[in-house]
Amino acid sequence: MLQLVGVHSGYGQIPILRDISLNVAEGEFVGILGHNGMGKSTLLMTIGGTLPATDGRIEMGGQDITRLPVHRRARMGLGYVKQGRRIFPRLTVRENMQAACLAGGQPLARAEEMIALFPRLAPIAERPGGVLSGGEQQILALARCLCTAPRLVMLDEPTEGIQPSIREEIVEALLMLRDRLRLTMLLVEQNEAFLGALCTRSYCLEKGRLVA
Amino acid sequence: MDYVAIILLQTAISIANLVLISAGLAVIFGMMRVINFAHGEFLMLGGYTAVIATQHGVPLLVSCFILAPVLVGLVGLVVEYLVIRHLYGRLLDTMLASWGVSLILIGLVTVAFGNSVSGISTPFGSLSIGRFSIGFYELFLVAVTLVMVIAGYLVMRYSRVGLIARATMQDRDMAASLGVNQRAVYRATFVTGAALSGLAGALIAPIAGVVPTIGASYLAKCFITVISGGPAIIAGTLSASGLLGGVGGIMTFLATPVLAEVALLAAAVVLLRVLPQGITSKFFRRSQ
Repeated sequence: MLQLVGVHSGYGQIPILRDISLNVAEGEFVGILGHNGMGKSTLLMTIGGTLPATDGRIEMGGQDITRLPVHRRARMGLGYVKQGRRIFPRLTVRENMQAACLAGGQPLARAEEMIALFPRLAPIAERPGGVLSGGEQQILALARCLCTAPRLVMLDEPTEGIQPSIREEIVEALLMLRDRLRLTMLLVEQNEAFLGALCTRSYCLEKGRLVA
Repeated sequence: MDYVAIILLQTAISIANLVLISAGLAVIFGMMRVINFAHGEFLMLGGYTAVIATQHGVPLLVSCFILAPVLVGLVGLVVEYLVIRHLYGRLLDTMLASWGVSLILIGLVTVAFGNSVSGISTPFGSLSIGRFSIGFYELFLVAVTLVMVIAGYLVMRYSRVGLIARATMQDRDMAASLGVNQRAVYRATFVTGAALSGLAGALIAPIAGVVPTIGASYLAKCFITVISGGPAIIAGTLSASGLLGGVGGIMTFLATPVLAEVALLAAAVVLLRVLPQGITSKFFRRSQ
């Protein structure tokens, strides 16, 4: 589903990722483990297209996406739940999801399907995204991403700043997506136990290089 | 009684004028964070379109509501394609480049039509209120502005385009990661802003006349209105126009139009001292 071959990336003249090669098969949950500043988010930003790869090749479903703009990658089915959730703060929960449906070329009814899939969102559907708790925002960010009907979802530190009870709820939600929707997922985390509960295998990122 | 009525009407006209001439700049700034220094010249081009088309027998309303927005929208499309799209995310560079565009447009229009004031007669006659009178056309502009604001609100609040626009305004990178083609949104925004400026320029041409350099006199007022309004396009433009236009309208009547301009600028300075991020950074934060 996703393959990286010898990918390098960085910010301006500062190299961050060096010679990254990895693959994620269809239906697989793959984890990327690493401490702060090791390049985890940079890796997802490079795959998502926010940051250009300076060298190497990124393929999705056998197609080279290395030079494609961000929205084209999303339209091809690359879902991306960014660090910090990045909820549209002045849109309601429902509007956040409807905007994603429109952006991803999906019918608006898909937003209602996702609200049904994540019951926690139903009672807060008309509340603005900016006033939700961190956990609610994380679930919304995941549901919003699913509104675009992605084939592969990248999750950047989904448990960051989330209270333990909600963390368990997120694990359950992701397991449900894995088992019911057969989703493919690339997860970036600092929490090894979280990755262990979800992923079939994990890579470790150290100073911009994959070490395992 | 007629004194109160005329002050109220004058204030409403002053506010509507500010909303009308600032709308195009507000749309472009609100969506793209681009300060279009050629905004005044887009207004000027709209004015010239109305004047020339009307002089050639085209009905005024057709030239205002169809010809001017279409023509200036097309100019906006060319400017976006040739200049602006290369400078997204670079606020100062876009200001400088659009200033350059404004100088080119002034030069071209001066060469084509000369540096003298052109105009068309103000239609619809006037309304007498006691010993005062006020032009029906100015009241018509208030109505047009009102319709424009309501239509803008409805589009932003209830349409699919509006939802994508609001999402992009709030977090353009996230919107792109969900599949929004930022380039296309920005291009459509710039063209819409230019078309709105063309419409406004054409509508005020019968009152103000047109001259190639008239844009500069509009730009300062539009600029302070949009900056004073803050991040929300409609609520920001309305609230800043209400405040600044209110001050201007009342002072025009109580003192002179020149003092009214001074008062308007002074009010903007005080406002930005108190609310440096604009009115909607503090109030109406959930508005469009």
